[in-house]
Amino acid sequence: MAEIIKRSKALAVNPLKASQPVGAALAFLGLRDAIPMLHGSQGCTAFGKVFFVRHFREPIALQTTAMDQISTVMNADENVIEGLRTICEKSAPEVIGLPTTSLSEAQGADIKRLVREFRSRYPQFADVAVVAVNTPDYGGCLESGFALALEAIVDVLVPETRHSGRRHKQVNVLASSMLSPGDIESIKEWIACFGLRPVVLPDIGDSLDGHLAEGEYTPLTLGGTPRSEIETMGESVATLVIGRSLSRVADLMKSRSGVPDYRFDHLMGLAASDAFTQTLAEISGQAVPARIERQRAQLQDAMVDSHFMLGFARIGLALDPDLLLGFAAFFAGLGAEIVAAVSPARSDALADIACQSVHIGDLEDLEHAAAAAGAQLLVSSSHGLQAAQRLGIPLLRAGFPQYDWVGGYARGWAGYRNARQALFDISNLLLGQHHEIPAYRSIYRTDPAPACAGLVRH
Amino acid sequence: MKTSEIAVLLNEPACAHNAKEKSGCVRPKPGATAGGCSFDGAQIALLPIADVAHIVHGSIACAGSSWDNRGTRTTGPALYRIGMTTDLTEQDVIMGRGEKRLFHSIKQAIDRYSPAAVFVYSTCISAMVGDDLDAVCKAAAERWGVPVVPVDCAGFYGSKNLGNRIAGEAMSRHVIGTREPDAVPASAQRPGIRVHDVSLIGEYNIAGEFWHVAPLFDELGLRIIASLSGDSRFSEIQTMHRAQASMVVCAKALLNVARKVHERWGVPFFEGSFYGIADTSQALRDFARLIGDDDLAARTEALIAREEAKINAELDPWRARLKGKRALLYTGGVKSWSVVSALQDLGMEVVATGTKKSTGEDKARIRELMGEDARMIDDGSPKVLLSAYHDYGADILIAGGRNLYTALKARIPFLDINQEREFGYAGYTGMIELARQLALTIDSPVWAAVRDPAPWAPSKAVGLPLTF
Repeated sequence: MAEIIKRSKALAVNPLKASQPVGAALAFLGLRDAIPMLHGSQGCTAFGKVFFVRHFREPIALQTTAMDQISTVMNADENVIEGLRTICEKSAPEVIGLPTTSLSEAQGADIKRLVREFRSRYPQFADVAVVAVNTPDYGGCLESGFALALEAIVDVLVPETRHSGRRHKQVNVLASSMLSPGDIESIKEWIACFGLRPVVLPDIGDSLDGHLAEGEYTPLTLGGTPRSEIETMGESVATLVIGRSLSRVADLMKSRSGVPDYRFDHLMGLAASDAFTQTLAEISGQAVPARIERQRAQLQDAMVDSHFMLGFARIGLALDPDLLLGFAAFFAGLGAEIVAAVSPARSDALADIACQSVHIGDLEDLEHAAAAAGAQLLVSSSHGLQAAQRLGIPLLRAGFPQYDWVGGYARGWAGYRNARQALFDISNLLLGQHHEIPAYRSIYRTDPAPACAGLVRH
Repeated sequence: MKTSEIAVLLNEPACAHNAKEKSGCVRPKPGATAGGCSFDGAQIALLPIADVAHIVHGSIACAGSSWDNRGTRTTGPALYRIGMTTDLTEQDVIMGRGEKRLFHSIKQAIDRYSPAAVFVYSTCISAMVGDDLDAVCKAAAERWGVPVVPVDCAGFYGSKNLGNRIAGEAMSRHVIGTREPDAVPASAQRPGIRVHDVSLIGEYNIAGEFWHVAPLFDELGLRIIASLSGDSRFSEIQTMHRAQASMVVCAKALLNVARKVHERWGVPFFEGSFYGIADTSQALRDFARLIGDDDLAARTEALIAREEAKINAELDPWRARLKGKRALLYTGGVKSWSVVSALQDLGMEVVATGTKKSTGEDKARIRELMGEDARMIDDGSPKVLLSAYHDYGADILIAGGRNLYTALKARIPFLDINQEREFGYAGYTGMIELARQLALTIDSPVWAAVRDPAPWAPSKAVGLPLTF
């Protein structure tokens, strides 16, 4: 059990944390024909938009209630109602997400009441779902904001039902923010291999996978989980929950519908993938397909090949809690050591991370801990690059944001094939760091010393 | 910040926009607003000051999504790339512990990073709970002997443009005029060349583009004692009042700095741009004109003649390639015409230009360059831009990064002309890069590949008429 070391300094230096409202926005971006509107000043949205545009290299649907000085001091209720009306009139979305920020929260906005007021004032927009969620950025992190939004989505869009299992081929997937579009694609294929039909919530694998569509422009999300499918989730045969951060969402889903759920902390590495495969076999009643068996055997082969590089490798991690838990387990399963682990916020998952201690902190904390422990590889977002360069070690990019890298969003970690590719890539990064034994030149040698003794570079 | 103070900042007599009703103070419309807030604008304007510790006093959203997000380059210290924030927690907000945390944060930054100064940016949350930024900064500066500058720029004060002005105001009030410039080093003195001190306002050295121009300043004996704020140091900004002439580079928002430095210390200024051959030459001429040194004027003309001849020869092969290509330009203010002339320099035709942020004067310049019938676009929504692109038969959309994916998703060539870009187009040499990037996207083979339908598809794909 990891010891948790609390934040002890006043100033956060090189922040690791991305905010709750941004995380909530991401959850809504995984719904079809949707748009999140942050209740805050326009900058909250502008920064969030740039954050995702640079990560996904996609246009991002995101609006703002545009609180200004007057509405901050007096009250911003009208901003919310007018903003909702404007979006309904202009874009006719299926769903509007309405996350709050620390500005509107500290002001004391009652966001749920404002939605009710909007409903009574504009009954003509009754068919547009509005999902409000409290996500001040003075608490939590991207992951918790995402989970809170997902809980609100389930609360508003999944009806109370007692028809669990009516759709006997349909399985729900509750997907945490740890899963990239690439991960979600893999998970959908994985499930389909067993003759099951997945409904992934939220499906950023469909909306943010980066594809050229026929239409030229839409102000809303292009793809994602359709609202009509979310409404049927209570009739599925099972719910697969991926990510510890979604525990409460899973509880709510279960209480709504009675659909049995199966919970996974992550799907990284052989053991986690096996647990998922086993569950799919049980739910579907089908034998594990040969394709999956083959992928499993390929992963095992890669584990054997790469254990020379990964064994005892000293790894520093700075990630949101779910990813931290997943990566630590993945590395531990290969004989590597987590010598530094940093999480931007508290979470129940932290105690179970496979290492000595976890800092609640920032990338400066990671840099210090990694330097002290002689880490050989860092795993973090693109923001970790400065630290990695100063330490002279490679960075494996994971989490948000990845702005200096093309296709980070398409890279998956879940399942056999992704784990195998990760093993290759991590091994190659470590091979590039291999340190030769410094040449010892005997005092009795008489041949002239070369300029660069002992080193033969291939 | 009081509403009255904001009103004063929004009233900029030196700005040609000022006479118009909309001078920067329209209330943003909920549900239909794009663009950054005042904090964003203030941070962007000052962050390139490289040896300063920039502390964002607020909860995580402000710094967390924006630190190390600026393509500005430095020749020396890189402290500005270290993200710093008080990362306020719920307890800090409820218990009113923000000021205390800020005070200790300033100490931590000074102890750990020995900055030349500390800038503290307020945000929505710290401004709303009423943290006394000025008092904390003053106390910290006295206690630790390092300048600590408050930048009161809460996001809800208004737009990004207002934030730029707030940043300028903070520099005028707390920094400019607090130090005298160093003497010109003997090693940099050259016989026959009298050194003149100048300053730049609103130049950010994006992608290092000012380094295309800086050697020309050196050659002419123009010492840039301060640049607000590309590749600059705190100690340089302090001496800005001693410039003999100042240039406001493509940035109406920082005119307040130029005007105040002019009013208080008599430094003359002009507005100009380093985009395109004609503008670069004009900027150099304007410096010589304001300084009023005949020898400098003569050497400037000689340099311009030499550089223009050189760049024109280098651009010829590119011109052959770009000649007659049609560009749709959508960008703000000064760039609505300065980039037009750069594109015309390359033999391209500008089919329409965006004028949303242009003044009457800007529009007059556009007509001068593009003729009386110049098409001007006021609405920059993706829909309008795309239909203008098709209607006018354009070959490329040139706009800000915000429209990048609008263009790419519609399968049309694109060039990013605003702050976020990764290439430098400034100065004479920057024209080569501009030409290269234009040709790269216009002539790319990917467009045909993504427009053509799949072999098995019915022939209704993009760019082909529908068949019934």
